[in-house]
Order: sequence, then C-alpha cells, then structure tokens
Amino acid sequence: MSLTPDAVKKIAHLARLSLSEDDIALYSTQLSKILDFIEQMNQVDTTQIEPLAHPLDISQRLRPDVITEPNLRNKYQTIAPQVEAGLYLVPKVIEEAS
Amino acid sequence: MQHKTVAELSRELTEKKISSVELTQFFLERIKHFDSTLNSFITVSEDYALTAAKDADAKRAQGKASPLTGIPIAHKDIFCTDGVKTTCGSKMLDNFIAPYNATVIQNLNDAGTVMLGKTNMDEFAMGSSNETSYYGPVKNPWQSDYVSGGSSGGSAASVAALLAPASTGTDTGGSIRQPAALCGITGLKPTYGRASRYGMIAFASSLDQAGLFAHTAEDVALLLNAMAGFDEKDSTSVNHPVPDYTAALNNNLKGLRIGLPKEYFNAGLNNEVAQTIQTAIREYEKLGAVIEEISLPNTALSVPVYYVIAPAECSSNLARYDGVRYGYRCVNPADLQDLYERSRSEGFGTEVKRRIMIGTYVLSAGYYDAYYLKAQKIRRLICNDFVNAFKKVDVILSPTTPTPAFKIGEKTSDPISMYLSDIYTIAANLAGLPGISIPVGFVNQLPIGMQLITNLFGEAKLLNVAHQYQTVTDWHKQSPRGF
Repeated sequence: MSLTPDAVKKIAHLARLSLSEDDIALYSTQLSKILDFIEQMNQVDTTQIEPLAHPLDISQRLRPDVITEPNLRNKYQTIAPQVEAGLYLVPKVIEEAS
Repeated sequence: MQHKTVAELSRELTEKKISSVELTQFFLERIKHFDSTLNSFITVSEDYALTAAKDADAKRAQGKASPLTGIPIAHKDIFCTDGVKTTCGSKMLDNFIAPYNATVIQNLNDAGTVMLGKTNMDEFAMGSSNETSYYGPVKNPWQSDYVSGGSSGGSAASVAALLAPASTGTDTGGSIRQPAALCGITGLKPTYGRASRYGMIAFASSLDQAGLFAHTAEDVALLLNAMAGFDEKDSTSVNHPVPDYTAALNNNLKGLRIGLPKEYFNAGLNNEVAQTIQTAIREYEKLGAVIEEISLPNTALSVPVYYVIAPAECSSNLARYDGVRYGYRCVNPADLQDLYERSRSEGFGTEVKRRIMIGTYVLSAGYYDAYYLKAQKIRRLICNDFVNAFKKVDVILSPTTPTPAFKIGEKTSDPISMYLSDIYTIAANLAGLPGISIPVGFVNQLPIGMQLITNLFGEAKLLNVAHQYQTVTDWHKQSPRGF
C-alpha cells in the first residue's frame, strides 16, 4: 500500500491539518509503511466473526433525559481564546452582501 | 523517609510521627532538587499541595482519617484538575486550566491524598518513550541517557526516583505497564471500565483505562480502593462492586495455575530478559504455583489491530481541538478554515498528527470496512484467545517488554519499531483485561518488568499474586543511585 503525496494532502484536509511540502513527503513514506504493516490483518479470514466494539461486549447505558450538567459558562469562557458578551469569537464566516 | 511505602507512611501519619504538611514539604523539596534533570513533572502544584496537606492534618486531628489521608501523590497530566494547568503533554493545551476534576482525581482527593503536581507524558498519551511530549523527554532514573518508557513516563520516573510515593497513570496499549517495567516499579492497569474515564483526556475511548504506580502491590491495592468504582458520568464505566483490594493480598498461591503464552517467549524476546523472567517463574514454583505453557495464537496481530483502532478513535476524539473554545489558537487566522487548520497543525506534534492521519484514512469513505471493521473482528479473535486461556489457567505471566529501556533518540525516526515495543502489553487493552507489571531484576543495570494478566475484574487476584512475589524478593525495594 503506497500513499501518494496527493492522497496525503486529501487526508490532511479531511483532518483539518495544513502540512508543509516536507511534512507531506515524510508522511507519505511513513504512512505507507504503517499501512503495509497493518495489511497483516488480511491474512486472517474474518467472514464469520462479529466485530467487537466494547471489550466487555456490553452496549452503552441509557439514562433519564434530565439536565445534570451545572451551568459553568463563565468558567469555561475564562479559558477561551477569544470571547465577547458571552459568545465565542471566530473569523467572519458569512460574507456581507455587496 | 523517601524509601517508605504508602502503607508505611500511612502508619506514620496515624501514629503522629509525621504530619502531612511535613511529608508534603519533604517531597516538594525532593522534586525541586532532582526534577530539573529528570523532567518528570510538567507542573508542581505547591500551594495546592500545602492547602490539601493542612486539610488532611485537620481531618486526622478530628479522627476523620482514611488510610490515605495526607499521602502525597503525583497525577499524570492527562487528568483534569480543577484550577490547575492540564496540558496532556501538548502545546495544544499548554494554556489549559482545567475547569473541573476528573472523577479519578476527585475520588483520590476525597480519600485525602495530596496532589504534588502533574507528571510529564507523551503528547496525548501517544508514545512509548515519553519523547513525543511538548515538554521534552523524561530521563530514566537508572541511566539518564535511556527513556523512561511511556506514555506515563513522568508518573513512573517520579516514583522510581522517590519524588512521590505513588502516582496515577493511564494505559491504552501499555502506557502504565511499560514505563513501570522500564523504571523498575509496580504499575497496574485495571479492567476496562473499572475506573472512570470522566475528565481523563480521551485518546482511544474503547481502550483507555486509568491506573496506578507505586513501589509495591500493597500500595496499589490501597490506592485502587479509593480510585475504582462506577461513575454515572462515564457511559462505559461498569457497575461492578469494588472489593477491599487489600483483603486477598496474603492468600497463598498453592495450586495457582500460571500460563506462559509461548508467543510471548519467541525470537523477539531479548535472551537476558528471558532468563530474568525464568528466575521469577521459579519463585512462583517455590510458592506452590503450577506453571504450564499456553497459546494465544493471534498475538502477532495485536499490534496491527491496535494501530487501526487506536488512531481511528484518536482522530475522532482529537477533532474537538479546533482553536475555538479552549486550547491553542493560531495568530491572525485569515478565515475559519485557516483557524482550524493552523491551530491544529501548530498545536499538535508529529506523532499525534501521524496518528490523526492514519485514523482519518482508515475511517474515510471506502476504507472503513477494510480497516476499522476488519480490526474490530480480529479484536474479537484476540479476545477469544484469552477466554480460552482462562479456561485452563488463573493468571498469564510474561515479560512486560521484549527488551530493557532503549536510548533516548534510538527509535524516534522509526515509528513501527517504536510501536513494536508494546507487543506484549497491547492485547490486554484490546481484550479489556487487567494487567500489572512488577520489577523482577536487571539487565545491564536497567530494570526488567514481569507482566501478569488475569480475567476481567480480577484485580484482587493480580495484586495477591504480585504481592506474594514481593514478600519473597526485594527487587521492588531497589532504588536508582543519586536520588
């Protein structure tokens, strides 16, 4: 399994990572090697095997639909990069009408 | 004083031979003196510790003490600690003051333990040598040009160097057992779901489990009593009764069936490590255990399966670091896309990005069945190997690692050789089983660890089997020179 630099760029975009050209070259070699290593899985016939998602094979618990979280908005906002009037600020995402 | 176990310090506190404030100051001084070279702590929480120590002394004076009231402890920097910086070893969280306590921290605080600080670790727990930490590698206390192991390297090295009597850690593929082995101390990874994951920064949610480091199995038992238990806030926490883990420590081992998996004693195992483990096996024979060879046929697949499942879950979990609500944000983002991409690229280190990339790839359209689903199916086969083994034996014994500690820098350019250093520890995470590593000797002046694995929720059995070995040997009492 060999990943081309273009494939690495596509994966990086999906993961919202911007990589330098050097990084892309390095990752395409390293990720290809790791995928080769992972390919060992193909030696095993798993057609009749159920996938295991939880090591104890139990499903997630349900709970009553009630509010249990305390309101800690002010505390959370003190560790945010940029806030104003209780809102989290990011660069403008909607263009103004011309 | 620094050589005393948690059990011994607890007795001294009870007999008023020392106060918690004195004990806490003693360890804080040791950290100041030794840690500038060892690098086992990211944050030392002196004020927090002294306040907690005063409270502990007050509780003891009022006769409201538990055995752990006033015992100093170090916490891996993966656990959220209310009001104290929690970095997870990453530039991404270098400015993150946790707004609440992880349940593990809350439970140990409630029992009266005193947090000395937060320990160094591989970035987001992704590493086997503590070299991926944004804060630099932790030195091995036995030989400073060797790695401490990882990802809980700071927790292991701080206890080995007697800077804290005990510490917490987390284990996703061996991150407690491997550094415990490489630093010559005792380290327990409990059953998946035994301790809460709430407030423990997530890496691979179906594998992550909190555990403990100390010098002795007895100390781990005392601490696990406080740490373990069901938590409504963790949807995968298991509601299973918490026994007194110290109650079974002295059970004798006559007739105990110990299995040696032949796949763990193969060509990849260093000869001298193998001999050290054989010597430990003879101690168990003397204690009355019955040794037999067993087979875990899918062992070789555990590392490839792990490197699909763990990165897949990591890529989902680490999607939350977007530079918007907390953590690192890049300077002058051009637009929202640029904010996401540059904050993540500048905030994460190389190994974390590598794993996010693998995880994103194996979960991407068209590849999910071939990688993630396939890995989950083989995960069941690996789990079944253990189910079959535990029909024949009570405990599985193996080396914890194939070699002693390696040199700092030796494996950083070859990710796969680094991944393979966890070959003996990963399967227990895939199967959710509890495992412990205890020191059993030295090769080239570096400690060697022996791993014991048992069935689900068998922590009391594991601690009993480890404790019995520690009553007839003194490897757990050895300390590195210079500390």
